[in-house]
Amino acid sequence: MSLKLTVNGHTHDLEGVDPTTPVLWVLRDHLNLVGTKYGCGQGLCGACTIHLDGQPVRSCVLPLSAVAARRLTTIEGLAPDGKQTPLQKAWCDLDVAQCGYCQAGQLMSATALLARTPKPADADIDSAMSGNLCRCGTYTRIRSAIHTAATASST
Amino acid sequence: MNLSDIDPVTFPPVIEATSAMDRRSFLKLAALAGGGFALALYLRGPSALAADASPAVTPAGAEGDFTPSLFIRITPAGVITILASNPEAGQGVKTALPMIIVEELDVAWEQITVVQAGLDSRLGRQVAGGSRATPTHYDPFRKLGATARALLVSAAAARWSVPVNELNTPGDARVVHTASGRSATYGELATAAAALPLPDEKSVVLKNPADFRVMGRRISGVDNPSIVKGAPLFGVDVRQPGQVFATLVKCPVFGGVVKSVSLDAALKAPGVLAAFVVKAPGVASGVAIVARSTWQAFKARDLLVIEWDEGRTAAESSAGFAAAAEVAWKTPAGPLMRNDGDFEKAFATDGLVRVEARYSYPFISHANLEPQNCTALFKENGRIEIWAPSQAPQRGCDDTAKALGIETSAITVHLTRMGGGFGRRLTNDFMAEAAVIARSYPGVPVQLAWTRADDMQHDWYRPAGFHALSGAVDPAGKVVAWSDHFVTFAAGYDTDKVAGVATLRPDEFPSRLVPHCRIRQTPLPHGIPLGPWRAPRASAQCFAQQSFIDELAHAAGRDPVEFRLALLGEPRAIPAEEKGAPVFDSGRMAGVVRLAAEKSGWATNKLPRGRGRGIAFHFSHLGYAAIVIEVTVSNDGELTIDRAVIAADVGRQIINPSGAENQAEGSVVDGISSSLVQAVTIAAGRAEQSGFGDMPLLRLNQAPKIIETHFLITDNPPTGLGEPVIPPVPPALANAIFSATGHRVRDLPLNRADLSWS
Ligand code: FES
Ligand code: FES
Repeated sequence: MSLKLTVNGHTHDLEGVDPTTPVLWVLRDHLNLVGTKYGCGQGLCGACTIHLDGQPVRSCVLPLSAVAARRLTTIEGLAPDGKQTPLQKAWCDLDVAQCGYCQAGQLMSATALLARTPKPADADIDSAMSGNLCRCGTYTRIRSAIHTAATASST
Repeated sequence: MNLSDIDPVTFPPVIEATSAMDRRSFLKLAALAGGGFALALYLRGPSALAADASPAVTPAGAEGDFTPSLFIRITPAGVITILASNPEAGQGVKTALPMIIVEELDVAWEQITVVQAGLDSRLGRQVAGGSRATPTHYDPFRKLGATARALLVSAAAARWSVPVNELNTPGDARVVHTASGRSATYGELATAAAALPLPDEKSVVLKNPADFRVMGRRISGVDNPSIVKGAPLFGVDVRQPGQVFATLVKCPVFGGVVKSVSLDAALKAPGVLAAFVVKAPGVASGVAIVARSTWQAFKARDLLVIEWDEGRTAAESSAGFAAAAEVAWKTPAGPLMRNDGDFEKAFATDGLVRVEARYSYPFISHANLEPQNCTALFKENGRIEIWAPSQAPQRGCDDTAKALGIETSAITVHLTRMGGGFGRRLTNDFMAEAAVIARSYPGVPVQLAWTRADDMQHDWYRPAGFHALSGAVDPAGKVVAWSDHFVTFAAGYDTDKVAGVATLRPDEFPSRLVPHCRIRQTPLPHGIPLGPWRAPRASAQCFAQQSFIDELAHAAGRDPVEFRLALLGEPRAIPAEEKGAPVFDSGRMAGVVRLAAEKSGWATNKLPRGRGRGIAFHFSHLGYAAIVIEVTVSNDGELTIDRAVIAADVGRQIINPSGAENQAEGSVVDGISSSLVQAVTIAAGRAEQSGFGDMPLLRLNQAPKIIETHFLITDNPPTGLGEPVIPPVPPALANAIFSATGHRVRDLPLNRADLSWS
C-alpha cells in the first residue's frame, strides 16, 4: 500500500507505512524531519504541534490515514525562503528558549494564533498557548515574544 | 550502583573550586597544522586527576600530557571558534561560558562561532550540575582569553618592532598601533602568535570590569536560530545511516526483574527486528524491542508477555511511608544530628510564643520534556560510539563501561543538547541501556527512546519528606528554640545512612541563628530510586523551613520580612561546620530579602483580603535568593498567581543578563509547578502516575504574568544561577496563600488544599 503525504510543499510516497502510524513518527522516523518533537504521545504537551491546512494539530495522535491529500506544515517549513518569520525573529531577539525542546510546538501554535488573530490580547494567548507545555518555564517570554511579533508584523 | 547515596556532583558544592583550580591550572599552546594557533587549558593537571577519586572527573591515565584541548581556535583566515565543553540542557552554558573567554580575548561576540565538544578527558569537568559552571570556569576562562590576547599582541609587537604597551585591542579581533595607524587582524597574527612562548601566567593582565564589552550584555543563546527552525540538536534527533529504533520494557515495580517472557507475538509485529531480555551489571532488568521505527517498537510492547519477579519493593507505598513517619515522630529514636543549648528547657520557658506543625511533600518526577533516550553503535572492533543527552557524560561512560565489561577508553561519547536536565540526566541509566541493547544488535546505530510513561515511572525521584517542627519566639520577637524531626529516606535497604539527596545538613538553616536548636533525622528503608532534582534537598526542605518561619512570625504578631531580618541579625560571615561546605553570609542574605521586599512594595502597598504576598529566602549552591509572590484567591478558592519578584545575589558579575533572568524566571515556574500541582505517589512499589495527565506541568495560563528579576551586585566571586532561585519559591507561594486566605497549607501539592474563604 502506498500513501502520499505533502509536507512543507514536498510530496512524499510512503511505501509500506502502516496508515495508523501517527504523523509525528512518520515525520521523525520516515522523513527525518525531527524538528517536530515527541513529548507525551497523548495530545497533552503540544511538543508535536504541526499545521494541517493551516490549523494547529497534535501530530502524535493524528494517524497518517487522516491526512493523506492534506497540506502539512512543520517547523522546518515555517520559513520556506530561509528568512525568519516575525515570530522566529522575536523568539531569537527575546532569547525565549531554555532547553528549546518545546519551542517548535510553541512556534507552531503561536504562528496559527497570529494567522487567526494578528493582534492577540493576553486572553487570546492564554487560550491558544496553554496546551503547549514548557518544562523550563519560558512562559513570560513566550507571551512577550508573541506581542513583539504581532507589533512587528503590523508596522 | 547506589545513586540515591551522596551525589558527588551536587553535594557538597565545592566552594574552593576556583582558587584550587587556579593553582593547578596551566596553559598550553600548540601549533595547528596549517597555521593558526590553539590554546589549551588544563583545568586540572594529571597529578591532580590521579589523586581525585570523584567519578565525575576523568579517570587517571586517560590524560595525555602533551595533547592540547582546544577552547580557542583562530585560523589565518580569521575564523574564530570557541569550544563549549559543558553539556547544554537549557541552563545557558553554551553561551555564557564562551562569553567569558570572548570578553578577555577582546573580540566581538558576533565574530565567533561556538562548537560543542564531545566527552574529552582533556577538557576538565564536563558536568551540567550543581550550578557550578560559573564558579568553576570564571577565573580560568578569563585567564585563558587574556593569555590568547596577550600572545596576539606580542605577535603584533614583534611584527612592527614596537613595544607591547603601545598596542591595544579595540574589541573587534584586531591589534592596533594607534601612533603609526597600523593594525592587523587576529587571523593575520595567528600563525606568528602560535610560535611564541607562553607568557608567565602572572604577567597576563585581566580587563577592568568597567571595560567589559561582552559580559553584562543580553546575549541570545547560540543555538536559538537552530531551535526556531527545528534543526536537529537533541539526543532524540540523532539520525545515523542505517539507524534502527529501540524501546525497553522494565518492571513497573522498582528493582523487579524478568522471570520469564514470551517474545513470539512481538517478534512477528510489523517492523520488529529483534526482541530480547536485557541483563547487565547496573542496568535495570527488562525486555528490549528493536524495530525500524520508534512507533513500531512502542507498539510491539503490548505484545510482550512478561512475568516479573517484583521483589521486596512491591510492598511499599506513599501511604506506608506517611504512616511510618507518624510512628517515627511518636517514638523518636536514634542520635541527634544537632543539639545546641537545651531545646526542651528553652521551649518550655514561660512567656514564649510556641508553634508546632508538621509538613510533608511528595516524590516528584523531573519530567524532562524530552524523554530519556540515547543512541549507540557497537562496532566490529569492539569500540562503541554513543550520542548522549547527558548532564554527566563521564559518569555515564563509566557506568556503560561497567555494564559492558569494557574499558572506558573503548567508548566515544558525543554530547547532544538536552531537552531539559534538572538533575535527571546526572543519572545515566539510558546510556548504559542503549549500549547494552546496541551490543546485542551490533554494527547498526540503535536509538533507545523511552516513552513518556517510562520516563515518569523510572525516574530517580525528588525524595518525599516529612518534617515535625517546633519553634518558640521570645517577647522581643527573637526565635529562641527550633526543632526539626525530619523523617526521610535511607540510602536503600539495610542501612542507617540517609540518602545524600534526602538529608538535612547538621548546620542546616536556621541552626547557628537560633540558640537552642535540635535536629533529628529518621531514615526510612526503601527501594524507590532517588536522585538529585534541581537544587537537591534545598528545593524541598526550604518549603518546610520558610513556611514554618512564617508561622512563627504570624504567631508572634510580627511582620514576616522584619521577623526574618531579625533572625538573620547583624551582617556577618558564619563559617561552615562541614568540610567543603560554604560560608553563610547573613548580610548577603538580608540584602536580597530587603531588595525583594522593596521591589514588591511589601511595606508600601498593602493588599486587601483575598490578595496576599508571601516572602521566603534561601542560600544554596553559593547563591542568595529571596522571592516575593503575590496571589489572588477568590472566595471559592480559585488561585491566581499574579506576580513574582526575585532578588538574587550571585556575586559581582552577571555574565549574560538574558540567560540569568531566564533561569530565574524558569525557576519561579518550576517552583510553582513542583509545589502546586505535582506529586508522584507510590502504590505496590510502583509510580502511580504515567504522564502529564496525572503528573502535570504548570501551563502558560497558570503562570504569573509578571516575573521580575533583580540582581544585587556584591563584591563576591560570580556563582551559578540554575538552582539558587528555586528553593524559596514553594514557601513564598504558600506564605502568600496564607496571607490572602488565612489557610496555612503544610502538605504539598498545594492544589489538594481547599483555599475557599469568606
Ligand atoms: S507529543 Fe503530542 S501532545 Fe505531547
Ligand atoms: S524551553 Fe525547555 S521545555 Fe520549553
